[in-house]
Amino acid sequence: MTKIELTVDGAAVSDDVEPRMLLVQYLREKLGKTGTVIGCDTSNCGACTVHLDGTSVKSCNVLAVQANGRTVTTIEGLADTAEGELHPVQESFRECHGLQCGFCTPGMIMQAVDLLGENPNPTEEEVRLGMEGNLCRCTGYHNIVKSVLHAAEGAKA
Amino acid sequence: MTATQDRPAAEIGKDRRRKEDQRLITGRTRWTDNITLPGMLHLAMVRSPFAHATITSVDVEAAKASPNVVAVLSGKDFGDELGVCINAWPITPDQKTPGHSPMPADRVAFAGEIVAVVVARSAAEARDAAELVDVEYDEQPAVIGIKNALRDEVLAHPDLGTNKSALWVFDSAEAGTGSDVEAAIETARTDGILIEREYRQQRLIPAFMEPRSVVVDPTGEQITMWSATQIPHILRFALAATTGVPESKIRVIAPDVGGGFGGKLQTTPEEWIAWAVARRLSKPVKYTETRSESLMAAHHGRDQVQTLTLAADKEGNVTGFKVHLDADLGAYIAVVGGGVPVLGAFMFNAIYKFPSYRFECQTVLTNTTFTDAYRGAGRPEATYAIERIMDELATEVGVDPLEIRERNWIKHEEFPFTTVAGLEYDTGNYEAATAKAKESFGYDALRAEQKERRERGDRVQLGIGVSTFTEMCGLAPSRVLGSLDYGAGGWEHASVRMLATGKVEIVTGASAHGQGHETAFSQIVADRLGVPFEDVEVLHGDTQIAHKGLDTYGSRSLVVGGEALVKAVDKVIDKAKHLAAHLLEASEDDLEYKGGRFTVAGTDQGVAIQELATAAFAAHNYPEDMEPSIDAEATYDPVNFNYPHGTHLCAMEVDTETGAVKMRKYTCCDDIGTIINPLIVAGQIHGGLVQGIAQALWEEAVHDDAGTLVSGSFVDYLLPTAADTISFDVVHTDDPSIATTNTLGTKGVGEAGTIASTPAVVNAVVDAVRHLGVSDIQMPCTPERVWRAIHAGDGDAPTPETAMPHFREGALNQDEGAGQ
Repeated sequence: MTKIELTVDGAAVSDDVEPRMLLVQYLREKLGKTGTVIGCDTSNCGACTVHLDGTSVKSCNVLAVQANGRTVTTIEGLADTAEGELHPVQESFRECHGLQCGFCTPGMIMQAVDLLGENPNPTEEEVRLGMEGNLCRCTGYHNIVKSVLHAAEGAKA
Repeated sequence: MTATQDRPAAEIGKDRRRKEDQRLITGRTRWTDNITLPGMLHLAMVRSPFAHATITSVDVEAAKASPNVVAVLSGKDFGDELGVCINAWPITPDQKTPGHSPMPADRVAFAGEIVAVVVARSAAEARDAAELVDVEYDEQPAVIGIKNALRDEVLAHPDLGTNKSALWVFDSAEAGTGSDVEAAIETARTDGILIEREYRQQRLIPAFMEPRSVVVDPTGEQITMWSATQIPHILRFALAATTGVPESKIRVIAPDVGGGFGGKLQTTPEEWIAWAVARRLSKPVKYTETRSESLMAAHHGRDQVQTLTLAADKEGNVTGFKVHLDADLGAYIAVVGGGVPVLGAFMFNAIYKFPSYRFECQTVLTNTTFTDAYRGAGRPEATYAIERIMDELATEVGVDPLEIRERNWIKHEEFPFTTVAGLEYDTGNYEAATAKAKESFGYDALRAEQKERRERGDRVQLGIGVSTFTEMCGLAPSRVLGSLDYGAGGWEHASVRMLATGKVEIVTGASAHGQGHETAFSQIVADRLGVPFEDVEVLHGDTQIAHKGLDTYGSRSLVVGGEALVKAVDKVIDKAKHLAAHLLEASEDDLEYKGGRFTVAGTDQGVAIQELATAAFAAHNYPEDMEPSIDAEATYDPVNFNYPHGTHLCAMEVDTETGAVKMRKYTCCDDIGTIINPLIVAGQIHGGLVQGIAQALWEEAVHDDAGTLVSGSFVDYLLPTAADTISFDVVHTDDPSIATTNTLGTKGVGEAGTIASTPAVVNAVVDAVRHLGVSDIQMPCTPERVWRAIHAGDGDAPTPETAMPHFREGALNQDEGAGQ
């Protein structure tokens, strides 16, 4: 077991973990952050995407011990939802019907936030390439792309 | 109490944002895998690496000694309490059906079949120990592929004596719905056009994003199962029917379910094993599959070889269509198994007026993952076959593919129309949908560009593909299902609870897993009952709450479940009217119900439905001839299927040097009757389109000769990404043909995009290179296949005849290894 200390969604946490434990397992099993989900075992689907020190990562591709001393943000910490707030990208996904079953949605939103952070004014093509690492089976991506573009528009307004 | 209730604006037709989304976009979800119970144990499955083998021994000692392992159980450790996996639809009385144990003790019949289960305190420890279970197998010859199975040289189940499970036949001459197809073929052979083709429907994997997961809690009076399933009610029934536990002692909950597409329309070995282990150990257990397990062991879809003969006169008027399917069931006949290709039987004639028709479906068993419903289930396969071959007919006649369709389709003034397959289509307007689609697509301009690029010899050629589809959806009239030997009915149940505070709970037997029922059903109730959209709560997916239902599949939830809801609401209004008359001291005949209020004609007296709910709750003053309740329920059995249709147009660019294909434009005009929520409808269409496009271009489940699934991860099974797809042009006719078989006039939309899009895309790819001598490319149309099709006639390679006849091994349009 290895002791790790990190900040997750604004709270300082500390645990002893097995060195092999994945960050996504740590989030779900130790912290109960079940908003972040597991969709595959080959790091293809992106459903587990979170931010590590402000950059999107697939949390199935990071060991919990690698997050030691760092800051993790999950879908549950993106906005102060307890206070009824939504992040503009969350709001865009609802507004543009960018989700159906919602399983890929946390990862999609976290990736979209990162993409817009790097490129606040993307073209449709850039959105499609930027979201390529996240799989969705319900929406055909049409409304996901629209949601991201809508969020970019909203930020300009 | 004063009635201040304002009538909300009409909800039906409004693009309401979804009620479901708030929790889904903030991560406050209850997927089955999120559930943790005190003392819960975790399961890991040990699966066969061989497609066909007898089990010689299972040594569990090392696994049992692994840290925190509680139990390791193999097939021989269970008795009848394990139950069996059922086939609810034996398609013929003499169907050969192999026994299907959730965990066989003696023999495995596909790679991925479960031979042992490890129970441990954590999922990781269970998985570690599963690797220590030592199973000795005696490998048996495996039969892989439809054509191998038909030869009966190697048997998937030796005790059955054959791989042929059932032959199901429909013949229009025998059924009295049309004439003799053989006569039409003979006439066409000498004095018309005869087109013979063999098309391959490759095997697909539903690949819902949420892996399947099941939690069983045996620690109450009722044993509770949470499962990532589309069918909690059917699951409960099947558990009771096969495991000896009374139905009344079983509660099944489908919590948030992350997609299904038919892939979660199953009662699974994993569910049965979790059930048995929880009962055995008296502890809650959880099993969540990995993606690799999901791709290998959750059911697959499609997998047919279609042998088609189309007869027409010289002008291209079709005179007969003969279809022979060979369909791969995999190793076992799954819950709807053989019924899936049979659903296609009624759809090969599509929107056309064919005088004669014959359909045969031979199902076969192989040593592969079992197959069952995948979005469209039988109808995409049928639509593909007819819409591909209509393009071939257009080529023979030398006219535009839309022209050949129009010569044969049912004219809008001919509805209702009884087809050669015996179905009565109530409404439709193929002319209007086609005109609208052509306009939006810019059909003529794209045809002109195609001509110009062809003349110029452009390296990148443009192709235009057409698909004018219809489907039968809204499964299904119970009597029809009975006549097809299906094990259950097709009704749906709904109830309306009028709460004391004026809020409304509606309970539906449909079980949403991404469709947005909570929103759409709220809109229906808001309009019909005259209450605010926000005041309606939709409850579903828990057999303790929604005790009756037949769940969600086959584009049925709105057209069947929605109609049950309408009928339940109407009963509430009837009951409330009696109470209102009593309270207002008026005659029921003088009451008018509008905007959620009963008013007495010619007076200003009135009472709101919410006040009546409160009055019924208080029960201080109500008529003696009624119970103090205005709640109601209804069970609705549809009288007919439901026939959405549409015209889909696709433009594909094909690089003739590399074989690479690129979608340029996709327009669809779907006529789905009344639209409850256009936002949700568009979403259903977009998602459906991409699943159908993915069959045309990318996806294929591939087994090697030994029966190992080589496309067993998302690295190898190619799901499309945002970068592979485009934004779609989705339009509807201005004057939709309203369905006549339900009150709201709605038609199903869940499967439409998937059913229509596959042939549109392949027709477009073939159209782009037809001038190079190509008349077919097998799906998925990979760059390699496209390139090989273009270069099939090069050099010294033997030049296959262009099309006919090719019902023989190794002939045209069968890629190496295809269908085997």
